[in-house]
Amino acid sequence: MTSQALLDDGWELVVGLEVHVELQTNTKMWCGCSTVFGDEPNTNVCEVCTGQPGALPVANEQAVRDAILLGLALQGRIAERCRFHRKNYFYPDLAKNYQISQYDTPLVTDGELVVEVTGDDGGVERRRVGIERLHMEEDTGKSLHVGDTGRLHGADRSLIDYNRCGIPLLEVVSHPDIRDPETAQAYLRELQAVVVATGVSDARMEEGSIRCDANVSVRRVGEELGTRTEIKNLNSVRSLGRAVRYEAQRQLAVIQDGGVIRMETRHWDESRGVTEVLRVKESVTDYRYFPDPDLVEVLSPPQRVEEIARRLPELPAATRARLTGLGVPREQAAVLVANAAVPVFDEAVAAGAEATAAANWLAGDVVGQLAAEDLSLAASGLTGAHLAELTRLIDDGTLSNTLAKEALAGVIASRGASSPAAVAAERGLEQVSDVGELQRIVDDVVAANPDTVAAIRSGNDKAIGALVGQVMKATKGQADPRKTNELLRTAIHG
Amino acid sequence: MALPPDEVRHVARLARLALTDDEVAELAPQLSRILAYAEHVGEVAADDVEPTTHPFAPADVTRPDERRPSLSRDDVLAAAPQVEDHRFAVPRIVSQEG
Ligand SMILES: [Zn+2]
Repeated sequence: MTSQALLDDGWELVVGLEVHVELQTNTKMWCGCSTVFGDEPNTNVCEVCTGQPGALPVANEQAVRDAILLGLALQGRIAERCRFHRKNYFYPDLAKNYQISQYDTPLVTDGELVVEVTGDDGGVERRRVGIERLHMEEDTGKSLHVGDTGRLHGADRSLIDYNRCGIPLLEVVSHPDIRDPETAQAYLRELQAVVVATGVSDARMEEGSIRCDANVSVRRVGEELGTRTEIKNLNSVRSLGRAVRYEAQRQLAVIQDGGVIRMETRHWDESRGVTEVLRVKESVTDYRYFPDPDLVEVLSPPQRVEEIARRLPELPAATRARLTGLGVPREQAAVLVANAAVPVFDEAVAAGAEATAAANWLAGDVVGQLAAEDLSLAASGLTGAHLAELTRLIDDGTLSNTLAKEALAGVIASRGASSPAAVAAERGLEQVSDVGELQRIVDDVVAANPDTVAAIRSGNDKAIGALVGQVMKATKGQADPRKTNELLRTAIHG
Repeated sequence: MALPPDEVRHVARLARLALTDDEVAELAPQLSRILAYAEHVGEVAADDVEPTTHPFAPADVTRPDERRPSLSRDDVLAAAPQVEDHRFAVPRIVSQEG
């Protein structure tokens, strides 16, 4: 699974990632325009975010605090003073013809993220990826290319919506510490989890609130870094892995063919599984960065940083360790963290649910159902109390596992308005626990299957499963499996 | 020292200005004079003087994260060269993004 299998012996893959995180503030980075996703085009736009002459930007205090919080969560150093620069380039999705960003004084430097990957032996390996910097900038508008398939080249005209233009964006730049696609994917997943834990963004790749570009190069082990290409349009953790794998092999083939790698930006084509050249990179100085005279420096005095540090939540690695300590399998702990389900888990355990049972329901059925309905856990209305009640109903035999799934679906369908017990009562889901009625069905099944009964009596204990199945069928799944088993055994063995 | 013509063309290209050769020849000494003027700063600024980005003393200026009304869409789109589906319609984008 490591780079040895990916590239020829003696060659090594080198990857650094640039991740953009859109913050969840109420307003844009420099003006009071709303940041709501999906509003009518060009309704959240003002003089500042379209760069009208004379309009003056002022930094959003919450955005700066969020940036510091994420910087601290990534173990970074917070600059006491930092400034904003103009990055000059012409592109219609940026009305000012420059993006306000940070250049030589990023807010955060020297961070790190430790990620877990599955090693060759199937065990867990921890790898450290250094974070060079985290800086503040602004998002661009959204362009719609009309006249072709949506790709840039060949588009007849472009339609621009500036609602997104100016939304606070953090760029997190890793060191080129990554040596295989799996670590690249684990880094992106872990960064996503850290962002969700800090609450600064919902980090949804599908909505573009977290985006990732990969800098990829190959080299002979031990030699200088090779020329890198930058891969864009990575819309999922899966595309990141595929694109890095493809690009590494493409570059090695070019080099082994006697060619050279050019510094260029490439576009990942998900459906064809290839990267294609988008443009040859302008050199760094061509952006003509200079300090933005409209903005003063951002000051982050130590007292303020300490105060923000006190709001740091439990970070994903610590949460996973705590959960596995409670007996939750590692994979499930990772699923709970990634889906921001830990608060509900904690609440369920506090309300009396067993940790393993609560984790099992959340990581399995709940996450599955929410994904199928494209619903967030918060929006589903499901609480820890619901989950605790659900496991209690299973434990006391009121619901079988199958019926419990239905009750859970009902709770989610009601967006939390009905509890599992209420759903079970409403839909008549309770198991047939009336022993008299169950006994009658068991007797019927035993009488109708003399061969199976004989087999069980002569020692083929497993055959009892077939009879349990028949009882279940007769009760439409509403018999308590344990009770059924007990009654069948009594009926057969006396 | 006059700025080399290629440098002038490069700067012009970055600013999306199409210059004729005559214009390049005319602008090179002008740009050079502006640069020389700016270089005077280096003569007075010692190494212990931090570069100044604006004339204000460090000040902690931010705004609370509170919404303020945006412009009306009609006003916003009034500045568009062409409007389509309530969006700014521009000629197709060639790859010059940063
Ligand atoms: Zn605005």
